[in-house]
Amino acid sequence: MDPGVLAQYAFNGLMLGVIYAMVAVGFTLFFGVLDVIQFAHGDVVMAGAFVGLATFIGLRALGVHAPALAVIAIACAAALGMALLGALIARYMVLPLRAAPPFNTLLITLMLGSVLRELVRLFYPNGSNPQPFPRLLPAGALNFGNFTLRLDSAILLVTGIVTIVAVNLVVTRTRLGLAIRAVAQDSETARVMGIDFERVVLVTFALGSALAGIAGVVYGLYYNEVNFDIGLLLGVIGFSAAVVGGLGSIYGAIIGGFLFAALQTIGSVALPVSSAYNNVFAFAVVILLMTWKPTGLIPEKSSERV
Amino acid sequence: MRRFLLTMLTLALSGACAMFTIAAQAKESVKIVFIGPLSGGNSALGLGGRNSADLAVQLRNADAKAKYTYDLVKLDDQCKPDIGVQVATKAGADNGIIAGVTHYCSAVAIATVDTYHKFGLPVIVWGAVLPAITYGNDYPEIHRVNGTMINQNEVNAKLVSGLGYKTWVIIHDTTDYGKGHDEYFTKFLTQDGGKVLAHFGVGADQQDFTAILTKVKELNPDVVYFGGLTPIGVRIRSQMDKLGVKAQFEGTSGIVSDSYIEALGPLAEGTIAFIDGAPIDKLPGGKEFLAQYAAHKYGEPPEAYGAYAFVAANLIMDAIEKVGPNRKAVMDVLGKTKDHPSIVGPVTFDAHGQNVVPIVTAYVVQDGKWVVWQDSDYAKGKRKLVGGK
Repeated sequence: MDPGVLAQYAFNGLMLGVIYAMVAVGFTLFFGVLDVIQFAHGDVVMAGAFVGLATFIGLRALGVHAPALAVIAIACAAALGMALLGALIARYMVLPLRAAPPFNTLLITLMLGSVLRELVRLFYPNGSNPQPFPRLLPAGALNFGNFTLRLDSAILLVTGIVTIVAVNLVVTRTRLGLAIRAVAQDSETARVMGIDFERVVLVTFALGSALAGIAGVVYGLYYNEVNFDIGLLLGVIGFSAAVVGGLGSIYGAIIGGFLFAALQTIGSVALPVSSAYNNVFAFAVVILLMTWKPTGLIPEKSSERV
Repeated sequence: MRRFLLTMLTLALSGACAMFTIAAQAKESVKIVFIGPLSGGNSALGLGGRNSADLAVQLRNADAKAKYTYDLVKLDDQCKPDIGVQVATKAGADNGIIAGVTHYCSAVAIATVDTYHKFGLPVIVWGAVLPAITYGNDYPEIHRVNGTMINQNEVNAKLVSGLGYKTWVIIHDTTDYGKGHDEYFTKFLTQDGGKVLAHFGVGADQQDFTAILTKVKELNPDVVYFGGLTPIGVRIRSQMDKLGVKAQFEGTSGIVSDSYIEALGPLAEGTIAFIDGAPIDKLPGGKEFLAQYAAHKYGEPPEAYGAYAFVAANLIMDAIEKVGPNRKAVMDVLGKTKDHPSIVGPVTFDAHGQNVVPIVTAYVVQDGKWVVWQDSDYAKGKRKLVGGK
């Protein structure tokens, strides 16, 4: 196969993978800290994209046209907006239910996801239609034979990787991250040690949701289009990626995200069946992987000692 | 006191008599239903159809010679077959609804034929082009005023192969609509000497096409043909540009909509597509239709199939005027439609309820508008399509 074409497939896979990885990292953070599945996470990505879109429209109405400023503004708006949303979800839906079986939290957040979707569909102007997302990044491409490297896609890929690395650094190198990991490992001992449990949970949810917000903006800038139900499949894929990689491990989530993207790409082009079955193929492989390694490719190392 | 009471009683009685006379003179109200995609990616066409059907009803209600007052019930099928069957059942089960102007999305229209037959609700399809909707069954309830994809693809294949292109890649959605286009276009193209390098089926709500388009780039066809609807068409065209796929893009009636151009901006330039019938202003009654449509100040344009929805509604109301609000009687009248005058020309339903529409019009996007091919700068050689033709 032509190396240019191979490079193109690889790049497409990387772009998809970085978006899935961003979503998966959120899932894994939430599970790590509180053993809960926040199933509205995919829809938080969608909400982030819409907040970014609304911010852009607002800026344009105010007469701000500089694209660089607009990109930074919408990314910040999405991140902060979703951080707030994440903290609210934690405060009012997840923390009150921490004495209940985790299944209940999964259910309630699943329902919240539905609510978010319908709110956008019904109340965002023209919400049930796909919304064009502005092209704010520099156009221009480099051609290496059959491989076209577009500048905007490259910027988005780098942004995605940088944000994941940043989150990882926060979790592994800062005091806040230390607190998060302490709570994840053993919340009772952490509390005894003086860590404010509720504050750490809120911050974790805010962090994961801010990442989701940025993922939404990256998605919008890449596809130049968002609609109200992108969160559904993204959430399922992100969750599967996190599980396959190993719930609770950030590296696992990243691996899971890129793995899923690779499977989707292979399913689209290398199989004799119609490319509409790429998700079927990808999920089938994920199921096989999970039967082989039920706790994920990078299993959680801590064990509960009574 | 007595005089006062007497005056009041007389007044009341005359008031009651007046009301009775007015009531006796008021026309009976008849319900007809409009079903189309009012939300979702194809809503632009659904709303255009809805407004056009509504225009027909309002004009009829303003006509003093009409025997009945019509009430248009509007239902949203969301372009999803399962929702379509739900709303079709709702309409069919409501005995007050006499007939329907139904469906733009072929996948929905083919799913609901059995429902309408079950309830004996006569319907006229206004936008779906899948041949099997009328030809795949013998139900007397199903009629259609617009053409099918067979003619569309025949004309399409002839025109583009005539432009000098040699190789194609076909991308189609996996609903009956997309698969039908794939089948008919391949058949006619091969007859006309074109070569199809690959077929790709995609999900009707798929978001990412980068993998398929990378493969398309590798195959390097002259033309990418897309059999499907506007939302996917927009994504494919946009991602073709993203990946640097340099092929001419063409589609079917599914992408002929203002929302295609709005979503893509300058990327839409040069896209070729086909619809059955002629552009509204070139239709026999088109100019008056557009004038009336504008006068009623609808929020959305009629789009490519609005005129057909208008015609369908009028055909139904003409039938009801003739035989009264009775489903079976209306169905019989519709079945016998021959050379019935309308704004799209004379309508004749064949044995399967299909209107025989000989015209197919080719369009190309030029400067942000769908322009009839023959009138465009591309046909006249002033501008070149991709591939220099």
